[in-house]
Amino acid sequence: MFSDHSAQEEGPSAFPQAAALELRNVRKQYPGQREPAIPGLSLSVEAGEVCVLVGPSGSGKTTAMRLINRMIPLSGGDILLGGRSILDHEPTELRKQIGYVIQQTGLFPHLTVNENIATVPRLLGWERRRTEDRVRELLELIGMDLDDIGPRYPAQLSGGQRQRVGVARALAADPPLMLMDEPFGAVDPINRARLQDEFLRLQERVRKTVVFVTHDIDEAIKMGDKIAILRQGGTLAQFASPAEILIEPADEFVAEFVGQDRALKRLGLATLADIELVTPNGTGPGTDRVALSATVRDALSQLIAGGGAPLTVVDADDHVAGIVTLELLGRVLGDGALANGADPQVRAAGAEPRPAGQESPA
Amino acid sequence: MTVVFAAAPVIPNFGGGSSQFACERANRLFCPNWVSRNWATVLWPALRQHVELTLIAVAIGFVLSTALALTAYRRHWVERPVLIITAILYTIPSLALFELLEPLPGFGLSRTTAEVALVSYTLLILFRNTLTGLREVPAEVRDAARGMGMSDRQSLLRVELPLALPAIIAGLRIATVTVISLATVASLIDNEGLGSPILAAISNEVFKTELIVAGGMAVLLALLADGLLVLLQRRLTPWTRARAV
Amino acid sequence: MNNFVEAFKFIGRNGQVPGAPPLPSLVHLTLETLKIAGIAMAIALVIAIPLGVWLGHIHRGSFVAINVGNIWRALPSLAVLAIGVAFLGIGLGNVLLALSVLAVPPMITNAYVAVDGVDRDFVDAARGMGMSGWEILRKVELPLGIPLIFAGIRTSALFVVSTTTISALTGYSGSLGDIINNETSYHLSGVLGAAICIAVLALVVEFALAGLQRLVTPRGLKLAGREDATSAFVPIVGESS
Repeated sequence: MFSDHSAQEEGPSAFPQAAALELRNVRKQYPGQREPAIPGLSLSVEAGEVCVLVGPSGSGKTTAMRLINRMIPLSGGDILLGGRSILDHEPTELRKQIGYVIQQTGLFPHLTVNENIATVPRLLGWERRRTEDRVRELLELIGMDLDDIGPRYPAQLSGGQRQRVGVARALAADPPLMLMDEPFGAVDPINRARLQDEFLRLQERVRKTVVFVTHDIDEAIKMGDKIAILRQGGTLAQFASPAEILIEPADEFVAEFVGQDRALKRLGLATLADIELVTPNGTGPGTDRVALSATVRDALSQLIAGGGAPLTVVDADDHVAGIVTLELLGRVLGDGALANGADPQVRAAGAEPRPAGQESPA
Repeated sequence: MTVVFAAAPVIPNFGGGSSQFACERANRLFCPNWVSRNWATVLWPALRQHVELTLIAVAIGFVLSTALALTAYRRHWVERPVLIITAILYTIPSLALFELLEPLPGFGLSRTTAEVALVSYTLLILFRNTLTGLREVPAEVRDAARGMGMSDRQSLLRVELPLALPAIIAGLRIATVTVISLATVASLIDNEGLGSPILAAISNEVFKTELIVAGGMAVLLALLADGLLVLLQRRLTPWTRARAV
Repeated sequence: MNNFVEAFKFIGRNGQVPGAPPLPSLVHLTLETLKIAGIAMAIALVIAIPLGVWLGHIHRGSFVAINVGNIWRALPSLAVLAIGVAFLGIGLGNVLLALSVLAVPPMITNAYVAVDGVDRDFVDAARGMGMSGWEILRKVELPLGIPLIFAGIRTSALFVVSTTTISALTGYSGSLGDIINNETSYHLSGVLGAAICIAVLALVVEFALAGLQRLVTPRGLKLAGREDATSAFVPIVGESS
């Protein structure tokens, strides 16, 4: 019931909804260094979108993120949040309106989970009752039991639990924007996948604008609505949707960064529900089954493992939805149908030039 | 071996060889009768004075060193000079420091002299522990506090100081027992505290019961104070004992 | 300030008071102080270092090794000396016993922590190379533990010098403390002069030992910036109580 009044409605911030973010020719020059860390970066992220900043170390991705909540002062350019410059706010006021999640969680070891989540509401002077309700709501949102987890200290949580609490804490005051710096970087691969899935489900509900920093291209492809690939020296190599980047890498650097297996990665973006399956025509193709929600990549893997025998695709209710064969997948890959089908946001690959201003001038 | 006694004039609190009590005439190790006769007039007041001396010295030392540590936390260059000065003060043997302060104007054979010396012994420990405690707050915790919109002051009061508490209290424990120990020597200067009956007993034909009782009280007081501070630490920092379940 | 001038004159006269019969010289009393402190330290060293190192090497007895230090800190030295006098009477025996007993704990605790705390990876690597337990102790654990072991020795030494002078208050005569305890003969200027000598003596001992520590610290540790364990015995962060 708590979850019904969704985050956005009762937010204390100046932004009742997720806000659009725009970086306008943002520059960062550290004193005493000859080269700027970021020579001039322009990006725009629509409200409710996840934008992943990805790149090798030294590409300035974390710096770019920390400029947004003024943890690092800007050297030039401007950043607009919901149409207003971040320079119009006091840094501390600005930061209370931006969720902040970091790799090592930064949970306060001396405070319980409840107290950790309540940090920003308390800084904002919320009433006790409202804070308590909000903490309860958030714990429910991340699937944690208030009575069990709430009174614990961070030292009493597993790594995955700590990360979840870190996300809940960042959401506490219902910020229009979340900054996440390698939030799942310190978690083992199995738990990382689980946390990623959970966060995507959570994002479905709360629809925040998210800036997500990672060095892992696979994570970027999985999490991002948009991916900004930065190269050494803080310049933007490509800013596009995951599918677009996989289909048409802007240059040699991007191609190498996304990896030789980018065709396979593309298959990972679409599920069997996204492609037109072979209609079953009486002749039962065998007993091997695959879920309609499986990615095309997983289906291909299963086909190869089964020696090429066709698979029956079943939906959540176990009804047969169709049949998938190696031949079908080959055809799908060949005609580029996958790219369009996989992601409705993708404009036909390369058909439309990227809007001006999204590429770094450098 | 000749022993010269020149401490402040002492009122004998037992009759020695001429005492009407056999135990005291024989100067046995422990004469309960003497303890009960002298508890209210000698031992209890000495204990009370000792506690007073200690509380005042630790309180002043705590305020001073915390102020210094907070300054050094923000301004690194402050650390070295403070460490050098407090380390020298800490190194000077107590007997010498009391005597060095005594001739200074306004000092003399007074409680002020005793307290100033006692405070000077707390500074190194409290300063270093508090500063280290603050510096050891994990960088990501400080980063998170700032990133959530805390001002420097809020971060210090709500996050950094609480997390430094275990180190601060560890420093308080050492400072407190050190002061209790040195306050016995301070009796030479201000003739109060548990050192006073000890010095009296030495110059009083080495009266054993008084030595043992006063010495024992000083030891117990130190152990008690240490124990109380351990309890305080447990109360104030419950998270330090929270382990994975 | 006149008192301080007089005090320095007293030091210049090597501890003699004009118009009074000859008194033990300052040089003599300083050497006596060092002698008593030295003997007590030697006794304590022989007991504490092998015990602490051995406990640390076998990683046993942490409770004893750590708590011995905690209790030690709580023992007022004058009280210990006084209780000792009650049992043993005034004399060198009592003073040496009390000093040795008080000097042992910091050295045990530090030696234990120094050896016990050597990174297990180093010990593991040594064992992997085929070193015996004794070789590991001699070639790995001791060299790496030296800064901390030495810090314990410094803590004890300083404490022993200081307490040696305090022993004068319990009637034992034969240290610089005698002068402080005898204002009748020495007057304020003499007492002050002795206090200056004691302070200087303590600082000299501290600096000498700090220098010695630098000499015995392996060069690699200095370069790694790990040698500065100045007063590790005064624990920086709360150890388990």
